Amino acid sequence: MKELDITKLRHGTDLVKKGFAKMQKGGVIMDVTTAEQAKIAEKSGAVAVMVLERVPADIRAHGGVARMADPTIIKEIINTVSIPVMAKARIGHFVEAQALEALGVDMIDESEVLTPADPFYHIDKRIFTIPFVCGCRNLGEASRRIWEGAAMIRTKGEAGTGNIIEAIRHQRMVTSMTRALRSMQTTKLQKVADEYCQSYVTSFKTLTNQEVDEKTVVFGDSTYSTLKKEVYEVLKEIKELQRLPVVNFAAGGIATPADAAIMMQLGSDGVFVGSGIFKSKNPEKRAKAIVEAVAHYDEPEKIAEVSKNLGEAMLGIEISTIPKDQLLQERGW
Amino acid sequence: MVAIVTIGVLSLQGAVSEHLVSMNRVLKEKKQPGQAILVRKPRDINACDALIIPGGESTTISRILVNSGMHDAIRQRMKQNNIALMGTCAGCVILAKELTDTKADVQLLQAMDMQVERNAFGRQKESFEKSVEIKGFTTPFNAVFIRAPCITKVWGSCEVLATVEKEIVMARQNNYLALSFHPELTDDLRIHRYFLEML
Repeated sequence: MKELDITKLRHGTDLVKKGFAKMQKGGVIMDVTTAEQAKIAEKSGAVAVMVLERVPADIRAHGGVARMADPTIIKEIINTVSIPVMAKARIGHFVEAQALEALGVDMIDESEVLTPADPFYHIDKRIFTIPFVCGCRNLGEASRRIWEGAAMIRTKGEAGTGNIIEAIRHQRMVTSMTRALRSMQTTKLQKVADEYCQSYVTSFKTLTNQEVDEKTVVFGDSTYSTLKKEVYEVLKEIKELQRLPVVNFAAGGIATPADAAIMMQLGSDGVFVGSGIFKSKNPEKRAKAIVEAVAHYDEPEKIAEVSKNLGEAMLGIEISTIPKDQLLQERGW
Repeated sequence: MVAIVTIGVLSLQGAVSEHLVSMNRVLKEKKQPGQAILVRKPRDINACDALIIPGGESTTISRILVNSGMHDAIRQRMKQNNIALMGTCAGCVILAKELTDTKADVQLLQAMDMQVERNAFGRQKESFEKSVEIKGFTTPFNAVFIRAPCITKVWGSCEVLATVEKEIVMARQNNYLALSFHPELTDDLRIHRYFLEML
C-alpha cells in the first residue's frame, strides 16, 4: 500500500489548488490583452497576468457580449512569459473553463467582467484540476464560491471605472461580517449558513417549480442537506480564522499605488489591476509603482515616493453615473 | 545553537505567514527561546540568525529584493558566514548559483553550488502532491509541488537530500537548505525542525 502511495503523483488536490493561490500573496496580478503587454507586466514585477480580450474599461465603453479570450493569444502569452497565466471565463460557462484548462492556463477567473452565461449556476469548480478565483461583494457570495471550490476570492469592486470605492465597500462588507461571526453560537451560525444557501434553492424552484427537500440535488452532485452542512463548515472556519480560509485579493477600480496599498492595509492579500495599468499614460512606470506599493504597503514614505510623476492615471468614472443595469458587480449571486 | 534565536521570514511576496506559523510552532515545541519574525527591510536582516526565503514568484521576489537593498544585505551576511538560509520553491531558485534558463530575469543570491530549472515539472495543471523520501528522515514526507523548480545538478559540497524520480528536489550545503516543494503548506514540521537544528 505504502509503496504505491510513494510513486503516485496527486494532481489538482485542494492543497495544490489553494497552495497555488498562496504563492500569489503580496503580489499584483495584471490584466493583459496581448503578449507585448504580458511582457511589460512580467518585467514590472507582476506575480501573474490575467488574459482577456478587452480590458474592463473597453468592455464598458463598447458593450456587447464579452467572452473568453482568443486561445491563440492565450497560447502566445503562455509561451512569452514565465509567470503564471490566468484567464477569465464567463460565470457558469464550464466549457470555456474546460477549454482554458486544456490550453494550460494556471488559474481561471470566473468573472462578472465577462457577460454571464448561466442565469442559475456558477461553475462547479470542485471537479477541475486547475484552481479558480471568483469575485464577491459580501461574505455570502464569498462563502458560496468557496463551497463551490474556489481556491481564491477577490472583491468585485466595479471593474473598468478606476474608482476604488466599490472595492473598499466589498472588502469592508467581508471584514465586518467576518467579525460579526465571532460572537455567533451554533444555532445563529447555522441560520446564517441556511440563508447563504437560499440562492441555490431559488434556482431549483425556478427551474422545476418544485420545493426543495433534504435529498434534493441542488448543485453539482450535492444534496441540499450536504450543501447546508458544508456551507456551515465554511462559516465555522471563517469564524475561527477570522478571515477567509482562502487567499483574498482586491479587484475592481484600483488605479494608483495608493489604491493598491489601501486595499492591503484593509486586509487584502494582494491586488488585481485591470484597466488601471494599460489605460494609463505610462503603463510600465505605473505597473512598477503598484508592485512596489503592494510590497511596501505599510511604508508611507515609500508610497509617496513611488507615486511621483506617474503621468496621467486612467480618467475614471463616478459610480452614481453608471446605470444600475450596467453595474458589473450585480452579476453573479 | 545560539541561546536565543531569531528566524526571519522574507516578507515581500508569497507564502510568508505559513512559514512564520510553522517556525513559531517548532520553536515552541522545542522550548527554544526566540522567535520567527517578518523581514521587510534591509536592517531587519541584521537581527536574524537565519532567514527563510518563501515560495512565490521568483522574478517578483528577486526584483523587490534588489530594489529594496535586501539582496546586498543578505549577500553581506553570507560573506560573514553567519546566517543560515532556507529557500522553498522560488526561494530555492534564488539560492542557486545558476539557472538553466540564462535569460531569466532573476538576480540570484548564489548561495549554493547547484543549478536550478524553473517550472521544471510543468504548469499548474501538472502541480502535484507526493510522498518523498528524505535522507535522515525515518518516514516519507508529503511534499506539495506547485509549478515547482528542480535542482538539475549539484557540485562542490552541496549534498542531495531528496529526489523525485531522478530529479533533485532538496539539497543542503553547510548552513544553506533548498527545497523545490512547500513544507509550509502542511502540518508536518520536520523540515522546519531540521532547519532549526542546522543553526
